[in-house]
Amino acid sequence: MFRAGLRTTFGLIVMDLSIASILMLDGATNGAIYALLGLATVLVFAITRVIFLPQGEFVAYGALTLALLQLGKVPGTVYLLLALALLAAVLEVMAAAKRGVPAQVALLRAGRLLAWPVAVWAVAHWAAPLKLPLFLQCLLTLAIVTPLGPLVYRLAYEKLADATVLVLLIVSVGVHFALTGLGLLFFGAEGFRNPSFWDARFSAGALMLSGQAVIIFMVSIALMLGLYLFFERTLRGKALRATAVNRLGARLMGISTSGAGRLSFGLAAFMGALSGLLIGPTTTLFYDSGFLIGLKGFVAAIFGGLASYPAAALGALFVGLLESFSSFYASAFKEVIVFTLILPVLLWRSFQHGHHDEEE
Amino acid sequence: MNLRRNTLIAFVVLLALLPQLPVPEFWITQGNYIGLYTLVAIGLVLLTGVAGLTSFGQAAFVGLGAYTAAYLTLSHGVSPWLTVWIGLAFTGSVALVLGWITLRMSGHYLPLATIAWGLSLYYLLGNIQALGKYDGLLGIPALNFFGLTLNTGRSFFYLLWAVVVLAAIAIIHLLDSRTGRALRAVKGGTTMAEAMGVNTFQIKVTAFVLAALLASVSGWLFAHFQRTVNPSPFGLNISIEYLFMAVIGGVGHVWGALVGAGVVQILKDQLQVLLPKLLGGSGNYEVIVFGVLLIVVLQYARDGIWAFVEARLPRVQRKNDWAAAPALPERPRPSHGSVVLDVNQVRKEFGGLVAVNDVSFQVRAGEIMGLIGPNGAGKSTTFNLVTGVLPATRGAVRLLGERIDSLASREIARRGVSRTFQHVKMIAGMTVLENVALGAHLRGTSGVAAAMLRTDRAQERQLLKEAEKQLRRIGMAEQMHELAGNLALGPQRLMEIARALCADPTLLLLDEPAAGLRLKEKQGLADVLRQLRGEGLSILLVEHDMDLVMGLVDRIVVMEFGTKLIEGTPEQVQASPVVRAAYLGTEH
Amino acid sequence: MTDLILDVTDLHAGYGRAEVLHGLNLKAEAGSVVTVIGPNGAGKSTLLNALMGVLPAKGRIAYRGQPIMLHTLEERVMAGIALVPETRALFGTMPVEDNLLLGGYRQVLLGRKDSAAALAGVYDIFPRLKERRTQLAGTLSGGERQMLAVGRALMSKPALLMLDEPSLGLAPLVVKEIFRIIDSLRATGVTILLVEQNARAALEVADYGYVLEMGEIALEGPAHELATDARVIDTYLGAARQKKAT
Repeated sequence: MFRAGLRTTFGLIVMDLSIASILMLDGATNGAIYALLGLATVLVFAITRVIFLPQGEFVAYGALTLALLQLGKVPGTVYLLLALALLAAVLEVMAAAKRGVPAQVALLRAGRLLAWPVAVWAVAHWAAPLKLPLFLQCLLTLAIVTPLGPLVYRLAYEKLADATVLVLLIVSVGVHFALTGLGLLFFGAEGFRNPSFWDARFSAGALMLSGQAVIIFMVSIALMLGLYLFFERTLRGKALRATAVNRLGARLMGISTSGAGRLSFGLAAFMGALSGLLIGPTTTLFYDSGFLIGLKGFVAAIFGGLASYPAAALGALFVGLLESFSSFYASAFKEVIVFTLILPVLLWRSFQHGHHDEEE
Repeated sequence: MNLRRNTLIAFVVLLALLPQLPVPEFWITQGNYIGLYTLVAIGLVLLTGVAGLTSFGQAAFVGLGAYTAAYLTLSHGVSPWLTVWIGLAFTGSVALVLGWITLRMSGHYLPLATIAWGLSLYYLLGNIQALGKYDGLLGIPALNFFGLTLNTGRSFFYLLWAVVVLAAIAIIHLLDSRTGRALRAVKGGTTMAEAMGVNTFQIKVTAFVLAALLASVSGWLFAHFQRTVNPSPFGLNISIEYLFMAVIGGVGHVWGALVGAGVVQILKDQLQVLLPKLLGGSGNYEVIVFGVLLIVVLQYARDGIWAFVEARLPRVQRKNDWAAAPALPERPRPSHGSVVLDVNQVRKEFGGLVAVNDVSFQVRAGEIMGLIGPNGAGKSTTFNLVTGVLPATRGAVRLLGERIDSLASREIARRGVSRTFQHVKMIAGMTVLENVALGAHLRGTSGVAAAMLRTDRAQERQLLKEAEKQLRRIGMAEQMHELAGNLALGPQRLMEIARALCADPTLLLLDEPAAGLRLKEKQGLADVLRQLRGEGLSILLVEHDMDLVMGLVDRIVVMEFGTKLIEGTPEQVQASPVVRAAYLGTEH
Repeated sequence: MTDLILDVTDLHAGYGRAEVLHGLNLKAEAGSVVTVIGPNGAGKSTLLNALMGVLPAKGRIAYRGQPIMLHTLEERVMAGIALVPETRALFGTMPVEDNLLLGGYRQVLLGRKDSAAALAGVYDIFPRLKERRTQLAGTLSGGERQMLAVGRALMSKPALLMLDEPSLGLAPLVVKEIFRIIDSLRATGVTILLVEQNARAALEVADYGYVLEMGEIALEGPAHELATDARVIDTYLGAARQKKAT
């Protein structure tokens, strides 16, 4: 067995290469999750200028919705979906009435908003006690949590689309509070740990790779590739990017900025929920665990200056590794280390961004 | 003044009486917590509402104050009356360092940084052995006030609210002073403030440190009230709650902090009882309501509850007590005809694009010069080069012989250059008089302490007198107590000119002063400018209204594609075929 | 009388507290080129922004006979009105071809699948763009950006094309080329509303002209008549009032 020496400020510490490699694997696995969340954060910010702090809540919602389905119960998130859809439908009808849109059209729009949530509610009620196989339950979870994204955008942010980044950030804070509190309501204070998707174990030399880790890597890479193709190759994806590059230009082309906002929030919710499903087996999640996880993804996004996807992914890897090594050496202070390190990064990014006064 | 002052007095009397009345202990405790939160919220009003800097880290400063008090008292037996000062010094230093780093960040990076160190400090506090980690420190002694032990809610109430009222009054005084105006100016962006001579970075740090100090005092009081400290009241969630209190109450007003703290605390309590009953189970469901409430307030009532109340209270007009104040010293006027501004071969390149192409011209004392040209000619860029908003690539700009092209805006302002802006930059929530008084920022010296203790009144009277004088000169003296935001565009532009004049400039730079004005207003403007010229002032004017320009200025510089086409009298310029071609589009 | 694609009555518009347009009346016949010229600050950009729905406005705007005052910007775009704003609003970090394809977004939303043909058509009009199809829009020269902006607007196959100061910041030879292209667009049947500071070039290409001064129409008439009218020069250089005063 190799012994690699590592000189640190505390003196010479001899470390097994095997431990180092385990830590690196651990860090990389977490990093992959943070990368997904970081990407979602950058995406949402680029398109809507919203700094979406509640990204982590979708992680918790995903994991815990699955957990409740596993127990054969109907998750509270279904009711949230229904309630938000109903609220959105009512507001849509009221707005249409104000602008003189014919009642038929208004009701049709309202109906479209309610269609999916009602369907999901029905399916959930039927499926929950059946305790369907894990894969189907995951699909159902995604079907429940993903539509929450566009609804949250519609209800909390759309009206403020032209507000400053700061105001939108404070709205994010409000959304975070609301979703966390609702999380407590739906899932209670106890923690859950979801079953692993793949119990296999692989060894590569000194390394032990779990099946779950393999899935995490595969899904992350697939999603990143998928997003890349979507944004670079499809017209819809380009249209979304265009909204971020030049809002007026996009509107003049007929690209709906509110549609773009809803789609980006939908993607964020999807990626959040998916992350929640993936990390389930390795961590016990509580209703409020999402916030810290989301924040780490957020740190990764900051690495990318809230603009660059590759830099965010790299940042995520860095955060994962930092966290994993910190928890080995100084586990109590790992959060302190991670969050203090944002400061120089923010400073650096802020200077790059240049002085951008919020005037005019 | 009467209704407001009477209300304040009544409020103070009520506070003094409350603990003596047979009010249930629960409400006294509530009152104490509201007081503690109000202190922090007042800091946020200053920081966020007035200066426009959002902070999600105030609770961390409260923690610093609380832990300093607890640790020093418990481990080293230091008297609480000493620990408060140590706590203030410590928190102040940390705030100074953090502020110095984070306030350089622009826009939304600042609040993100506050989240970062707020979290960092919280985890730090929770992991230090000597501070009891997450269990914290227990058994902090009560305060001893001249023999009286403040170990009951009622006795503590007096001290706490005395501090709160004093803090509120101090900040209100601060906001109504030279420093207060400078603080308000920073919110809309630094360009205008710097042009008035305000050191925007320094003043942001000042606001930041003051807010931290208020939080620190709250922490000290908190430690001696609860008698235990642990990290949980100092985490990010509580910081958010403080901001929430300020926003709901009205983040732009000091009393909004009190209203916000009160509303949120009482609401929180009621909801903590009500919601679990309603929804079953037990837990902090009130955050749901708060989250939704925050969103709704931001969408529909961004100025908060107090703004609502304030709009219904009778407006108090400032009493004119400055008539007898001595006039401010004035700058010596340059002799008529001497060169005031010398722009020499000035060039500005943006990457490959040449925006200003080796332009030269001079402005003399007692002269109005017009700078005209088609769109994209480089007029605004030239303006910005002279006022220090942009650095020149090459060339020299001299004011009365001294080179100013590498100086910061506020340094150029100090030397006697004042300007107005293409889009009016003013503070809508201040009166016309106060806006204009901002222009005299560099002619005053009183700082934060003088403002809070009201020892700056003599100088303040001088500044306000000067402001009134300039308004009279412009012909707007009747509107001086109007809120600037209520004026039409024409008067707003005139107000900007009065503000620029308040700096006692040698050179006045006007950026499209007639844009959006009606005919009569333009004629009025022209009359004012002629009058100023007669008094020896030099004016450089960018304008598109040819009628106004041709009838007013002495000389014109015409620019096109960044280059100076021609310089001459209005008649010469109007007759020039080169100018006609430039405007109408023939090739030349 | 051919039908009016645009009929504007008593238009008031402005920014915040300042009213810039004080009751404008303007008409555009289908298939014609109408120009609105005037000095800086007259309100030309405000006019186009108000017509497009970027700015709120009061008055009556009839497009193809239908009142559109209550329509949102998005609805006006879908109805076939295209604007090339003064700032061009290009997608600077995206390549030329992507900018053009996004211009065809409206057609895609309407269900048409002929974006390839439309793209070829635009490249025929602007061969320079075809050469630079993979170049990022932000790195193009001034003239090329203008061409890209117009080409992008053409991709949506508008019925009414509004151009805000197409000659802005361009060298004279480039201006010539742009206006030659504008003239050739008549053949496609699109109506063009052209706002310009460069009176000479605008009046050469237009059928009908309006002279805007301080938010009001000071003169109007067939373009060739305005081109020789001395009063046009006076509006630009402020001599009109001067002469009246003396």
